[in-house]
Amino acid sequence: MTIEHATQIFAFVILTLMTLGGGLAVVTSRNLFHAALFLILSLAGVVGYYVLLDTGFLAVVQLLIYIGAISILILFSIMLTRGLMIPGQVQRNEQWWIAALVVFLIFVVLVVALWQTTWPIASEEALHTPNVAIGQLGAALVGPYAIPFEIISVLLLAALVGAIVLARELENHSARADAETGE
Amino acid sequence: MEALIQWLVMTFPPLSEGLARFIVYVLYSAVLAFVAPVIIVVAYTYMERKVLARIQDRIGPNRAGPLGIFQGFADAIKMLTKEDVTPASADRIVFNLAPILATIAAILVFAVLPVAPGVIGADLQAGILYVVAIGALSEVAALMAGWSSNNKFALLGTFRAVAQLIAYEIPIVLAILAVVVATGSMQMSAIVAAQDIPFAVVLPVAFLIFLIASIAEIGRCPFDLLEAESEIVAGFHVEYSGMKFAFFFIGEYMHLFASAGVATTLFLGGWRGPFAGPDSLLGVLLGFVYFVIKTTAIIWVMMWVRGTLFRIRIDHLLDFAWKFLVPLGLILLVTVAIALKLPVLSTFVLRWVALLVANVMTALLMVIAVVALARRSRSAALREVAGIEY
Repeated sequence: MTIEHATQIFAFVILTLMTLGGGLAVVTSRNLFHAALFLILSLAGVVGYYVLLDTGFLAVVQLLIYIGAISILILFSIMLTRGLMIPGQVQRNEQWWIAALVVFLIFVVLVVALWQTTWPIASEEALHTPNVAIGQLGAALVGPYAIPFEIISVLLLAALVGAIVLARELENHSARADAETGE
Repeated sequence: MEALIQWLVMTFPPLSEGLARFIVYVLYSAVLAFVAPVIIVVAYTYMERKVLARIQDRIGPNRAGPLGIFQGFADAIKMLTKEDVTPASADRIVFNLAPILATIAAILVFAVLPVAPGVIGADLQAGILYVVAIGALSEVAALMAGWSSNNKFALLGTFRAVAQLIAYEIPIVLAILAVVVATGSMQMSAIVAAQDIPFAVVLPVAFLIFLIASIAEIGRCPFDLLEAESEIVAGFHVEYSGMKFAFFFIGEYMHLFASAGVATTLFLGGWRGPFAGPDSLLGVLLGFVYFVIKTTAIIWVMMWVRGTLFRIRIDHLLDFAWKFLVPLGLILLVTVAIALKLPVLSTFVLRWVALLVANVMTALLMVIAVVALARRSRSAALREVAGIEY
């Protein structure tokens, strides 16, 4: 076994522990803030998987978007909602047995689906040629996929404008209320 | 690095190439993670104190050793021997992890810096995007620090810190995008190779935006509201003492060096200079020396700015980011993209001249727009308050 092979297997084991262990800790942790941090750990494990698969661009984008934006959003929403920060919350309620049944069924379906599919395996040379993903991605985004790209940007614009309108409306309400109580 | 691997394989016959590659990369990572931070902190804290002192018309540390060069070691020993106080109701594990994560996030950037011709930790295809993504990690560290301190001031400081960090990420990305559009690649080594004329000359507006936004990302004066004692009592690291505070401090200096290194690579030509090239050992060493000199020059400019300008209030700071730097960056990106696609550009020099003209025009337009807006708002305020027609 070459040392390259050995380091890849070692990295894969560590990343699997990070991802799966982090995921398990998210659902079993009693402190919501800790659960969010374990989610960040789990997502960081996925970043490592992308690196192992030689798609550096996807790894960086996962880091940037999931850990840099979505996780921070989750952390902020946890911190600004006071009721959720009671430590030692019980993670179950009375209906846990039917939830366990549904989850088990989903697990069986997933396992069967993964087992029965014939996965296309890249040839040996495709694994070793350098990946020119970024250029192709850029060309695809302004070529065949230009319209979905534009629609996504319109969606982002709508989200931004909506956020600003929501924030401003609250401001207006409080200003009007202050004016009323002042007079 | 490849040359070093080949040399190792030739000198020590039992070594296979894979093992030699592994050893070289592990050694390089160890140097970057353990040796570089110590040298950087010792050297640049001393330089900062001396530079700031001279700007403020005093001498600076001159007692700890000749000319005060052992001041850094004295500070380190002091930090190590201070009592390590943890608040009683703080979240212990997260409290201890936050400064470590802050430092890790800064050191991770070193992996993609091309410090010498051929010497780069990981020549990622999306190298410069990796730098932006790591900046996101330091926000998580700030959040962890503020929340686990169990202190309302720390929490307020965290919110302000994350608002500032998120706000200034976008101008950095836009300035980087201008460079990427001019180069055609996100690989750090390709960006260095494309700079026959340094991009600071060709894209000065992008350079300025990057410098200003980097100073804000690091959290230095004039953007250091987050840690100013008169404002928010040291912000999100108010509960940290001793070695943990030292880690935040080290993390700030690592971030400083990393940002200056990225600015050198993107705008000043990285390791390029006379006689620096990947062919000989002397060329590689000269390249490393040029890189360090250029990075130190940028750090010196940042320290100069710190000693000169006053602190900016949090709402002015956020306004400056969202209402000035982001539109400027967007306009710059569009003009750079248009300037590069003009059909008149046959020769190589004309391209860079067109970019420079586009930059200067953008800067002039923005200055004119800002002055006109300011004049209009000031005359409106004067009319309202004192009835003066300006």
